[in-house]
Amino acid sequence: MPLDKYTPRQVKLGPNGERLMTSAMIASIAGPDQRTAPAPFGHALTKLAASNPKIVGMTADLSKYTDLHVFAKAYPERFFQMGMAEQVLMGSAAGMAREGFTVFATTYAVFASRRAYDFICMCIAEEKLDVKIVCALPGLTTGYGPSHQATEDLAIFRGLPNMTIIDPCDALEIEQATAAIAAHQGPVYMRLLRGNVPLVLDEYGYTFELGKAKMLRDGPDALLISTGLMTMRALEAAKALEKDRVKVGVLHVPTIKPFDEATILREANRLGRPVITLENHSIVGGLGEAVAGVLMRSDTRPARFRQIALPDQFLDAGALPTLHDRYGISTSEVVRRVKAWVG
Amino acid sequence: MMTDTPGSAVPHLPNRTLADRAYHIRRHALRMGEVQGQGYIAQALGAADLLAVSYFHALTYKPHDPEWEGRDRFCLSIGHYAIALYAALIEAGILPENEIETYGGDDSRMPMSGMAAYTPGMEITGGSLGQGLTVAMGMAMGLRQKRSKAWVYNLMSDGELDEGSTWEAAMAASSHKLCNLICIVDVNNMQADGPSTHISNFEPLGPKWEAFGWHTQRVNGNDIEALVAAFDAAKALEEPRPRVIICDTAMGKGVDFLEARERNHFMRVEADEWAKAIAVLDAGGMLDARRA
Repeated sequence: MPLDKYTPRQVKLGPNGERLMTSAMIASIAGPDQRTAPAPFGHALTKLAASNPKIVGMTADLSKYTDLHVFAKAYPERFFQMGMAEQVLMGSAAGMAREGFTVFATTYAVFASRRAYDFICMCIAEEKLDVKIVCALPGLTTGYGPSHQATEDLAIFRGLPNMTIIDPCDALEIEQATAAIAAHQGPVYMRLLRGNVPLVLDEYGYTFELGKAKMLRDGPDALLISTGLMTMRALEAAKALEKDRVKVGVLHVPTIKPFDEATILREANRLGRPVITLENHSIVGGLGEAVAGVLMRSDTRPARFRQIALPDQFLDAGALPTLHDRYGISTSEVVRRVKAWVG
Repeated sequence: MMTDTPGSAVPHLPNRTLADRAYHIRRHALRMGEVQGQGYIAQALGAADLLAVSYFHALTYKPHDPEWEGRDRFCLSIGHYAIALYAALIEAGILPENEIETYGGDDSRMPMSGMAAYTPGMEITGGSLGQGLTVAMGMAMGLRQKRSKAWVYNLMSDGELDEGSTWEAAMAASSHKLCNLICIVDVNNMQADGPSTHISNFEPLGPKWEAFGWHTQRVNGNDIEALVAAFDAAKALEEPRPRVIICDTAMGKGVDFLEARERNHFMRVEADEWAKAIAVLDAGGMLDARRA
């Protein structure tokens, strides 16, 4: 925030004279021309529930904002509203799991990681209970400011033993990952994109596999290792860079834990490329540092190692496109930085 | 009362025999304290009567099949009361008495704080205070979803009343009309930094639970007749709401010199005092030990 709060402001318009809108919690992160699918998590869970009677859904007053309302409407007797009480949500999810249910518990990523952490730790993770914590507004996907921006959730949950962590890229991956985590026995934290979610990975013949990183495209000039929605940005950047004859590979790492060290090392050791990590998360404790740790521990030294991540700060409120530019995770900023590092 | 499965049936015990069970629970706990030279013995002695009534009057379970699906679930939210629950589990035949010597040691099934993965009959991992009721209510919801008739009990301390999650759970359990959930609050009015009512005053406690929609009883937690009546009333109630039994207990109950000692969250007992405490308990039986 460059100006102090007593400085009067004037309306700021976008590059085409348009009014810049704060991205509401219910807004989609999809660009205007992007293909999307509606509520992929809600529809996938509802489909799974038809054949798996153990699945139940629980939320802390955020079913509509986590797409769980689709499931709640289809299976009202298997949906539990716990009120705006994330500690009770996680504790009672553990209790339900102890009684044999596969629990999908939803809230925002900030509330799960910050407010309910001890309950996730001691009630769920320590006992390896079958609770899938699915959380909207990961990283910088809302302009509401730090109260809603979960910029350090991956760092928090990476430190938690027994936890599987997923940061899916798009609607296709959310659908497939929902099925995969339902089939997986044990606690999972999954970041969620909700509403009209971009559809990207179908172009790449991609299939989600729990614990697997996958090359989406190859190139000798740099290896982009990305997770979550930053894989979408990496792929867009790769297309733009190709026009400037810069050919980069994109390795998508949706499972942050357990980490696919073998694939990361194989690709980092190939072609002598610079390695650039991209994540919708703080530069502290997320994908980038996880990759760095793997490389260091195996004496792998890429030509260069750089991170595209959110700064170690409480981020500004405002319009999302502005914020993505400001903090370097928009496609144009990714292109600019990669060029600078590769050239 | 227990089920009449062959080989595991224990008859419903008259109240005098419940007092005998409480005496044995106290004795097992003192022996564990002696092994380690420490333990939350004052709390264990105070809670022995309510544990005796729980395990030998109220709960249904099979000692040789602690994970039997039809069992009543007993959740120990207060992990440091593990010494008391181990004593009850030993008395109930779920843990062998000859493992008392392992208490708190390496590879023991009886660590200092209660954890589900370590101990048969320990339903949850307590210790991070204020969590037990949230898990217990989830179990109650799960059991109802399965159309089970089993009950869920949650034993918590008055110190846990400071935790916001306790009241979140109280409100949610009431909202969900969890009539298969019984919460037992051990009020000994002592927590880590001093008397609980001075740390963060929870009184008037009964009206608080009432206001949250719970069927509420408050009894002398060292009066077995009163406890039996309270558990019976909680179970017989037909109203669709959760039930709480607030038990006022005396720390160190049953061993006169410990009960009289300056009250402290972690009562210090000297090495030579454990045998003396057991002797006092034995001499008094379950008569008022202050006369012993």
